[in-house]
Amino acid sequence: MNSQNYPIALALRGVSKRFDRPAVDALDLTVYGGEFYALVGPNGAGKTTTLRMVVGLLRPDAGSICIEGIDALSDPVAAKQVTAWLSDEPMIYDKLTPYEYLEFVAGLWRIEPVAAEARARELIGWLGLEPHAHERCEGFSKGMRQKVALAGALVHDPKLIILDEPLTGLDAGTARQVKDVLRERVRAGGSVIMTTHILEVAERMADRIGIIAGGRLIAEGTLDDLHRQTGKTAASLEDTFLMLVAEQTVAA
Amino acid sequence: MNQAASLTWLASHEFRLGWRDWVALMTAGGRARARNAGIALIVVAAFMHVFAYWIVARFADANLASDTTALVGITGTLMLSGSLLLSQAMESVTRAFYARSDLDLILTSPASAQKVFAVRMGRIAAAAVAVAVLLASPFINVLAALGGPRWLAAYGVVAAMGAVATAAALALTIFLFRTIGAKRTRLIAQIVAAVIGAGFVIGLQVAAIFSAGSLSRYVALQSDWMLRHAPDTGSAFWWPARAVLGDYAALAAVMAFGVSILAAAIVLFSRRFGEHAVAAAGVSSTIVRQRRWSRGFRRRSASRALRQKEWTLLLRDPWLISQTLMQILYLLPPALLLWVTFRQGNDSYIVLIPVVVMAAGQLAGGLAWLSISGEDAPDLVATAPITADRILAAKIEAVIGMIALIFAPIVAVLIFDDVFAGVTCGLGILSAAAAATMIQLCFRVQARRSQFRRRQTSSRIATFAEAFSSIAWASTSALAAAGLWHAIGPAAVAFGILAGVWLVSPLRN
Repeated sequence: MNSQNYPIALALRGVSKRFDRPAVDALDLTVYGGEFYALVGPNGAGKTTTLRMVVGLLRPDAGSICIEGIDALSDPVAAKQVTAWLSDEPMIYDKLTPYEYLEFVAGLWRIEPVAAEARARELIGWLGLEPHAHERCEGFSKGMRQKVALAGALVHDPKLIILDEPLTGLDAGTARQVKDVLRERVRAGGSVIMTTHILEVAERMADRIGIIAGGRLIAEGTLDDLHRQTGKTAASLEDTFLMLVAEQTVAA
Repeated sequence: MNQAASLTWLASHEFRLGWRDWVALMTAGGRARARNAGIALIVVAAFMHVFAYWIVARFADANLASDTTALVGITGTLMLSGSLLLSQAMESVTRAFYARSDLDLILTSPASAQKVFAVRMGRIAAAAVAVAVLLASPFINVLAALGGPRWLAAYGVVAAMGAVATAAALALTIFLFRTIGAKRTRLIAQIVAAVIGAGFVIGLQVAAIFSAGSLSRYVALQSDWMLRHAPDTGSAFWWPARAVLGDYAALAAVMAFGVSILAAAIVLFSRRFGEHAVAAAGVSSTIVRQRRWSRGFRRRSASRALRQKEWTLLLRDPWLISQTLMQILYLLPPALLLWVTFRQGNDSYIVLIPVVVMAAGQLAGGLAWLSISGEDAPDLVATAPITADRILAAKIEAVIGMIALIFAPIVAVLIFDDVFAGVTCGLGILSAAAAATMIQLCFRVQARRSQFRRRQTSSRIATFAEAFSSIAWASTSALAAAGLWHAIGPAAVAFGILAGVWLVSPLRN
């Protein structure tokens, strides 16, 4: 896709966050509507901190965050209405069933009950949760819990889906289902920004890839763009990633 | 034999784990808190000795020549303590069965599982004995200081009681596993533990209410009926009491009985422990189906969705219900007293109202922790399009709603008989619950609901503030119900506690 022809779904400008040391350092990042954006980087690069600031779980020290044209820092409730967040550790309620969990999420997002239920049934079907829809989540495997959490993230039909390592610990079948659902969302016009350590996933799924190190975006673009930056067109994303991160480390 | 599999090696391993658990419980995992915890323990021990002096000093001269009244009193006290010990031991045994922790390691190692579990049961017994001795020590020390060293024999009786309580807890829990299965045992065992813990106290109070219209359990123990029907002073039934009074033959018999019963229980049940622990570990993967509702999704606001979620989670968690059951159980005697009073038309509300208000404050504290701090999906709630203030408000409404539901019947009956007493009680309940909730708000931390049991260790200030606030509101309500302006005093103390909590709140700083 030629991203620049699409409206901006997410814009970060000069976003900074400091804990003991700078975790995110004057970061500029743009994700377009209908785009699948993968954010990759070494451990401690600032990926999760960036995403947690976008969804309102952390407040940046400086900079601006704009989601679907809404200033997320001055009007967080409106920004959250069009956003979904899914972390690597699925946080669901053990004593609720997937069906009840989705009803709860729909209530939080104030979705029309009839539409929400239809959407919930659709998601439950897509993710293969139908036989377990009325069982409490307490006995579920990690994969099933992640699927329930993903259904919760999608039940309110968000325009921007933000995922932090959503495929960690999932078996191949479950990972495929999650990827299929995300692709479907992007095809339907939604935007996805996802961090991952699995570079093959970024390589296969993402329209654009951002490489972050030391809290800064050191490279960004399609796979070809990144290859061009390193001058090695035949290299895999893994080679390109390691080369760019090594250059950044030396420069730092 | 390999040293790694020897009984002493396993025992030292188990006791090291037990010691570290205890230290973590005391210090909430913070090394820096160890010194403060030590100082707090010394202060509490000193306070307990003063309290014990106030309670037992007048009994220090009792001796073996004492009449049946003394024997009944001591035996009743031992039975009261024994029921609490048994309750605690059942809690520990159930927790040991359901704690998966090192189960896989034990069962896949070449060490004898029976031996490992026997040592583990020994650790539970040692912990029960240690707690019993620790709690009894201020009273025994005071009696020994005033009445002579013969009272130190009571330590032996208390240790024997701890051993018997552990053996009984093991037998009861294994019985539950065999009769109702691993899935239900956890819930039933905890309810049984709560009922045993409160049952004997409540039973005596019920007897006292019917015989003397009083909540004091000792009224029943010293009644003519009790003394008339008590066994002869030479009976073996009095051996534990005689042992406490310094009869060394009785002490030897009581201790031998305790050790034998515990040894028999360990030998008998260690074989089954692994089998039941494996069954218990599999419980989390069992499927619990909820009734399928055909009504579809309901229209509700975000606040209502949050309140409904809190209530559903609480009602579906038998473990949490049993944790709070004890507090509600203690409401039964006051409720009964209310009924008896109402029937007889005299005014005992001054006794009843503070008990109810105190219970409401304590219950609200627990519920507030669950609702405010014990959020299992914090990211979901925090990323929902609803303001943080609205989320907190909904959670507070869930707590107050639950308290209102539980206490409304008592207040309604009171209002029916005496409007002023009923309204005072209702306001007291509301104040105590609101204060406990505010304290939890000031000290809120992100935690999982499963950490409920250890909530007291995360902030001792919150724990003590909650207890003293409930006591202050209970006193206020009692004095107000009596029509005394002195109620302003404890009310001021209650507000002072809240102000203090606000000032030291970690969220404010």
